[in-house]
Amino acid sequence: MNRFLLPLAGFVLLMAVLLVGLKRAPDKSNLPSPLIGKPVPQFTLPNLFDNTQRVNAETLKGHWSLVNVWGTWCVECRAEHEVLLQIKQEARVPIIGIDWKDQNEDALSWLAQLGNPYERIGTDNDGRVAIDWGVYGAPESFLISPAGTVVYKHIGAMTLQVWQREFLPRVSGAVSPGA
Amino acid sequence: MRQPRRIGAQALLCAVLALAGVAVAIDTTPPLPDPVLQQRYYGLTHELRCMQCQSEALADSSVGLAADLRVQVRELLLAGQTDDQIRDHMVARYGEFILFRPRMIWRNAWLWGAPAVLMAIGVVVGWRILRNRARLADADESRLDDSPDP
Repeated sequence: MNRFLLPLAGFVLLMAVLLVGLKRAPDKSNLPSPLIGKPVPQFTLPNLFDNTQRVNAETLKGHWSLVNVWGTWCVECRAEHEVLLQIKQEARVPIIGIDWKDQNEDALSWLAQLGNPYERIGTDNDGRVAIDWGVYGAPESFLISPAGTVVYKHIGAMTLQVWQREFLPRVSGAVSPGA
Repeated sequence: MRQPRRIGAQALLCAVLALAGVAVAIDTTPPLPDPVLQQRYYGLTHELRCMQCQSEALADSSVGLAADLRVQVRELLLAGQTDDQIRDHMVARYGEFILFRPRMIWRNAWLWGAPAVLMAIGVVVGWRILRNRARLADADESRLDDSPDP
C-alpha cells in the first residue's frame, strides 16, 4: 500500500502543476502589456484633422481618455466603429485615435462615410509610435488616466460589454472636457 | 518506353531546380555596413518573436509589423546599442513574451530551476531504488545460505 502512495502523490502533484500552468497560460491574443501602470510613452503626431496641430502625451493629460489604435486596412476596426460612436455619445471619455500605417485620405474618407467618434487622431504613417505603445494587432484600445498613466488595454474589437465591464468601472468621476 | 520516362524525370528535375532558385526574400531590410553588426542583427532578429504571428521570429515573418521591428533593430544597432539594450527596448514595449529565450531573472527562476530540481529528485529516487534492490538481493542470498540442507 505504502509503496504506491508516494508515486501517486507525486503524480497528483505533477497534474496539479500542469493544470495550473494550463489555466494560467496567457491568452496569446490578449497578452498583458508592460505599459500598464506606467506613464504613456512620449510621442508627437500630426493631427489628421489639422496637421498644424499635434497629438502628444500632453493631449491626454487632465482627463480620462480612450486611445484607440486603428487603420482603414483593419477589418475588425470597421466592426468596432459603431461601438466607438456609442462611446462618444455617452460623452464620458473622449476618444483619441492613432491611425496606424494608413493613408490620410483613406482615413478621412472612412470617417466621412462611417462617422467620426474621435476627438483627435494622430497619424502614425510609418508605425513608429505604435511600436512604442507596444501595439501588435489593431484595433487596440488603451484607457489613460488624467495623470497620463496607462490603466488598461484591450486588444481586438471594442464591444459594449468590454467597455462597460473593463473600462467604465476603472474610470472614476470621468467628465468629458468641456462637457 | 524507357526513353520518354527518362525525359519526364529530367524535365521534373529541371523544374524542381528552377523553382529552388526562386528564394523568397522576406527580410528586405538593407544589410548593415559592418559584418559584425550584421551578425548581431541576424542573431537578434532570430531570437525576437513576431508578436502578430507568434511562432515565427522577426526574421522569418512577412507581416508589416515584423518588417518595422526589423528596421528598428537595425537602427538601434547603428545607434551603438548593445544586444541587451535592444532586448530591453523590445521587452519594455511588448513584454517578456517577445523573447524566444526566457531571461534568467527571479520571475523565471522556476523555469530555469525546475530541470535541476527534477533531476535531483530523480537521482535520489533512483539511488534509493537501487539500494533497496541491493538489500533485497543480499537478503535472498543470506536466506539461501542459511537454509538447512534437505
